[in-house]
Amino acid sequence: MQIIILILQLIFVPLVSPFFIGFIKKIKAKLQNRRGASVWQPYKDLWKLLHKDEVISSEASWIFKFSPYIIFSITIIVGASIPLFSSLFMNFYTGDILVTVYLLSIGTFFLALAGMDTGGPFGGFGSSREMTISAMAEGGLIFSLLTVAIISGTTNLFKISSAGLFVYNKPIISVILAFIGFFIILLAENGRFPFDNPDTHLELTMIHEAMILEYSGKKLALMEWAGANKFIIFVSLGANMFFPYGIAHSMSLMAIVAGILVLLFKIVIFCLVVGVLESKMSKFRYFRLPDLLIISFIISVVAIGLIN
Amino acid sequence: MIETITSPIGFSSLLVFFAVGAIGSLLLQKDDKLANIWNNFFAILGSLSGIIFSVLVIITGHNLAFNFGSSSFSLLSFSFNIDMLSAFFIFAISLIALFCSVFGIGYIKHFYKKYNIGVLGFFYNLLIGSMILVVTASNGIFFLIAWEIMSVSSYFLVVYDSDERKNIKAGFLYLVMTYIGTSFIVFSFLLIYKYTNSFDFSVIKSNMALIPSSVKNIIFIFGIIGFGTKTGIIPFHIWLPAAHPAAPSHVSALMSGVMIKTGIYMLLRMALDILQPIPVWWGMVIIIIGSVSALLGVLYALTEHDIKKLLAYHSIENIGIILLGLGSAMVFFSLNMVPLALLSLIASLFHTLNHAVFKSLLFLSAGSVINEVHTKNMEEYGGLIKYMPQTAMFFLIGSMAISALPPFNGFFSEWLTFQSLFQGIAQLQSYSQMVFMLAAGSLAFTGGLALACFVKAFGAIFLARPRSEEVTQAKESDTFMRIGMGALALLSILFGLLSGYITILLEKVGRGFSIFNNSSSSVFISSHQVFNINNGFSSVAPFAIFIGIILTILLVIWIIKYNVNKNQKITISKTWDCGTALSPRMEITATGFTRSIILIFRGILKPSIQHDVEYHDAESRYLPKSRAVTLGVENVYNYYFYQPINKIINGLSLRIKNIQTGNINIYISYIFIALIISLFLIL
Repeated sequence: MQIIILILQLIFVPLVSPFFIGFIKKIKAKLQNRRGASVWQPYKDLWKLLHKDEVISSEASWIFKFSPYIIFSITIIVGASIPLFSSLFMNFYTGDILVTVYLLSIGTFFLALAGMDTGGPFGGFGSSREMTISAMAEGGLIFSLLTVAIISGTTNLFKISSAGLFVYNKPIISVILAFIGFFIILLAENGRFPFDNPDTHLELTMIHEAMILEYSGKKLALMEWAGANKFIIFVSLGANMFFPYGIAHSMSLMAIVAGILVLLFKIVIFCLVVGVLESKMSKFRYFRLPDLLIISFIISVVAIGLIN
Repeated sequence: MIETITSPIGFSSLLVFFAVGAIGSLLLQKDDKLANIWNNFFAILGSLSGIIFSVLVIITGHNLAFNFGSSSFSLLSFSFNIDMLSAFFIFAISLIALFCSVFGIGYIKHFYKKYNIGVLGFFYNLLIGSMILVVTASNGIFFLIAWEIMSVSSYFLVVYDSDERKNIKAGFLYLVMTYIGTSFIVFSFLLIYKYTNSFDFSVIKSNMALIPSSVKNIIFIFGIIGFGTKTGIIPFHIWLPAAHPAAPSHVSALMSGVMIKTGIYMLLRMALDILQPIPVWWGMVIIIIGSVSALLGVLYALTEHDIKKLLAYHSIENIGIILLGLGSAMVFFSLNMVPLALLSLIASLFHTLNHAVFKSLLFLSAGSVINEVHTKNMEEYGGLIKYMPQTAMFFLIGSMAISALPPFNGFFSEWLTFQSLFQGIAQLQSYSQMVFMLAAGSLAFTGGLALACFVKAFGAIFLARPRSEEVTQAKESDTFMRIGMGALALLSILFGLLSGYITILLEKVGRGFSIFNNSSSSVFISSHQVFNINNGFSSVAPFAIFIGIILTILLVIWIIKYNVNKNQKITISKTWDCGTALSPRMEITATGFTRSIILIFRGILKPSIQHDVEYHDAESRYLPKSRAVTLGVENVYNYYFYQPINKIINGLSLRIKNIQTGNINIYISYIFIALIISLFLIL
């Protein structure tokens, strides 16, 4: 049974992530009175890209060629080391808040380097913006997760998810505040509105897309896929750290299946919120983004102060 | 055998190696090549024996206290006390000195015929030897002598490259700041002497009760200023970004990697050993200084495009992180939470060691790059990864380690520091909780900003197209230089991988302090090398992370490259350029990369812009001939701190000048008055 859980942990994130990217696109299309592409379209795109030939810039070094593999692998590792549908798999090896945050930083590091490697003007600007936002986001991310860690008395993600945060004697306001802080970071780290527009190319304000502009073929597929994985990682963290309902507490098949279904349901809700937000909101001016990120940090600091 | 090595004889023999290296290279100064090999050979021998000596002392747990000869001056005795803490610092110094010396064999070649190699070798060996004396001396006056030898020899190394006027100026600033620091140290030692009647550290420690607490506070503040100047805490850091770039690169690696840590050593010694027991607010002060230094250090690093200055500012940042560990150790101990204090101390010591390793790696690879491109300005690099692939690899490893990315060593010490701060947030109340929260917040932002800074540094130096002619001429550096860098890069990985074992040894070092003698520890290493903090509050496994990363990357490459798509055609083509040919001027520059972060923090950094526009037609001003934009950052410390002090001192001196009339009769009457006053005072 444990082997099955382990394998499920490994493949769950990359398996479902393209679907939910398609799902958000579908929601946005509906809200804009369009029919939109099928929710399965991202899978077809990935398959198509994986089988295409590639063009690589003559300026590119091994950093450019190797980065997609590193970035994709990092999302697989992090996806396997956070609680998804069960809190059982007590991962004491990598299931720590700081390990998760800093492992994700490896991905950001290589993404930004790859953006600069080909020497195009877009890539460099994308990297600069990405690093600015992720540097400002780090405080909010660590502190929002730290709030729930202090409430549950451990920084191990699996233990937090098994603790059940909304019990009566637990400070509910702190959890809610920390979740708001976390949600801001979720939008920032995944290049969503109001931080970045995930759907456009060649806009002067783009961040994530600017960095991967030079990629083609299977490397582009890996980059896109890794981005989708990262989104699911953040959503699962948000779902299981702050609302750990329905997560499997026992090894039985029923509990696991129920855990998976509940998680999928929670991801759907998150996607609905993100999709609606993206349709209702305009992108912020770049220099207003730090204010939002600092707010996330301060909200989490207040949340920690309110514990006890 | 082991007993001979860990005896006074073993210790003095390693000092003899450095002495022979120093004097010998001075004697051989006629022949550049011979002097180079001589001084580095003996520095390597000395460092190797230093490593063996210190490791054996730590493993056997054998404390050494002995006197060398006797002195006619009763207050000065050449007494040594080598306990676990000293041994740990000897280890760090020797380790870095070893690889810097190996690097030096190749690096010094470019000074041949230009400068005197013998003199370089003399001061280099003197610096290493005196650093070892500093961390082993157990008599105040003897300590000050060693401290001065260290300062003076490093001053001469800073001004070694004397063709550049800037270096002379940097050296002067360094000298002034060092003496200000030393004078505060002298003050605090004299205050201690006044109450305990001794300069001997062990006697002082046992007589601590004689010092009233108000005087102890003054001693502590003077100690922070004095030793903090050497470590480069903000605002006493101004010499550091000037002096480190001026010195030859293997010396800046040594200075930044270990010399500034001698200040940390003395702060540790004073706070946790000699001056015990201490009030809670001392630790709080150290934590606040640490958070400010960490955050401001990395912000100033972001503004730099001089590669060695950038690294120097990162030293300030990392000193801040070390102080966070030290400060929380002091707070926890004063609040009687001894196991947590031990945890924080381990974090602080581990980061000291790790910073020494990756910072000297970065300085050495910067030196290797500067040697080829002949400029320290990052805006003139670009694309070096194709010309110097191995140096690029080493710099990348160093950057990942300093940005605390797993599985490199920086991550594990920063993880421990974070954990000790988290424990403070979880277990303390009211204002002390706030201090820990701010410290953890500044550490979190520091981590993110350091990552941005090293993306900038690596990207600007090694990626994209060459931005100057010199880059295209660059070649991979000499074998010795690559060995020096490669060994340190390997250590960055190994210290991360073996952090479990290292933590056990560091815990032993921590227990060397009498206050931690019998305390239980809150970090323990379970099977599979998993760190556990405070009964499962958190855990991390270096081996699992390392193996996980490697295996997953290999697996992904295997699946994607060889299974999904075997017959793929790869075309090499130009970067997409919107139809106009790309030139190096279109790449993002190091200044541009971080401009937005600087603007976000403009309240602290005070960035400045100057426009210079020259017009074709001065009257109508429609057609600009040339435009120049100068971006910079104001030197806040000079403007608000050092210049006012300078002004006050100058003003006072002018006043005092008035009593100097040049008339001998008046001078004699001054002497007479002074004599009478002192007679009255004595009687």
